[in-house]
Amino acid sequence: MGMAAADSEFHVLAVDDSLIDRKLVERLLKTSSFQVTTVDSGSKALEFLGWHEDDRSNSNETSVSPKNHQEVEVNLVITDYCMPGMTGYDLLKKMKESSSLRNIPVVIMSSENVPSRITRCLEEGAEDFFLKPMKLSDVNKLMPHMMKTKYKEDNIIEKPEKQEKQESNKEETTQESDDVQLSLQEQLNGNNNNKRKSIDDGLPPVRTRPRYNGLTVMSN
Amino acid sequence: MEVDQLQRNFLEYTNLLFREGFLDGQFSQLQLLQDESNPDFVFEVVSLFFEDSERLLNDLTIALDQQNVDFKKIDAHVHQLKGSSSSIGAQRVKNTCIAFRDVCLEQNAEGCLRCLQQVKQEYLLVKTKLEALLRVRVPHLFSLEQQIVAAGGAIPMLNDFC
Repeated sequence: MGMAAADSEFHVLAVDDSLIDRKLVERLLKTSSFQVTTVDSGSKALEFLGWHEDDRSNSNETSVSPKNHQEVEVNLVITDYCMPGMTGYDLLKKMKESSSLRNIPVVIMSSENVPSRITRCLEEGAEDFFLKPMKLSDVNKLMPHMMKTKYKEDNIIEKPEKQEKQESNKEETTQESDDVQLSLQEQLNGNNNNKRKSIDDGLPPVRTRPRYNGLTVMSN
Repeated sequence: MEVDQLQRNFLEYTNLLFREGFLDGQFSQLQLLQDESNPDFVFEVVSLFFEDSERLLNDLTIALDQQNVDFKKIDAHVHQLKGSSSSIGAQRVKNTCIAFRDVCLEQNAEGCLRCLQQVKQEYLLVKTKLEALLRVRVPHLFSLEQQIVAAGGAIPMLNDFC
């Protein structure tokens, strides 16, 4: 796409069937100066992204922005999990199967803390998983995910460890006290109070899933 | 009215609502999102909540009135209500919805009717209180918030609850 590295406009596509949650997410994102578009379904999201039925994984395609219908570049998709028709998971899957959309980072939101659901989404390629309702502190975690795409476009190699450090440094200064301490493993082992899904540096990454920077998933 | 006095009233009333469990930290998050460029944010979101809830409670009433109760549909409605109440911080409504879903799982129609009554009650309670908070009956018909801003003050935040 050839965007200048100085371009700091980030555009987020938020998908949620609840009007209240769309309004909330939009406001949250706008306070962080992101451009926001909201849609109420997965199919509308795909439409907005310019998805095509036959747009399957193609090794020739390296660009993030698809050639045809998408006029506005989307740097991140944040979607609710539970939606009628196409769930957030279905949307995620379709995006990952698409050559033009697979590089757009996707974050899933859910009102329910179901470890198997979280694992499933992360395995399918979601960058992160937030518990609803979303807070201002969650929005701070979105930047690192969006930066990955920007750097890819400009052919700058961004080391995963570096991003992890940035992310956890941010967390230490902005995160509420309880949340940073608990690891994802502890959460999966039954602590229902903690909502944060990003992991601190202490835990070693699981070898089978090296691509999830800053996130460690422990299967039960 | 003195800004200090208004701020105290507002804070006291909000404090009360938090203490009594009607509102939780999520409501504070909403307040944090309100500023000069979005001065009516809380009011707008809360209004959406009222509309949404009334529609859902109506749908639930109809659904439970059927000969053959569709528990899946009921669960879907309650799930939605749980979501929206959670999003605005209406804690007691949310908790009642959580209990409602459990009863729904048991496919217990009588139980569901009782739960519906409870949710309606909790909803009406929080609605009254939020309306009071956002639109107090004073001569100028301004809400406490608007009065404070008009008097040159800022809306106090309850940082404890963030």
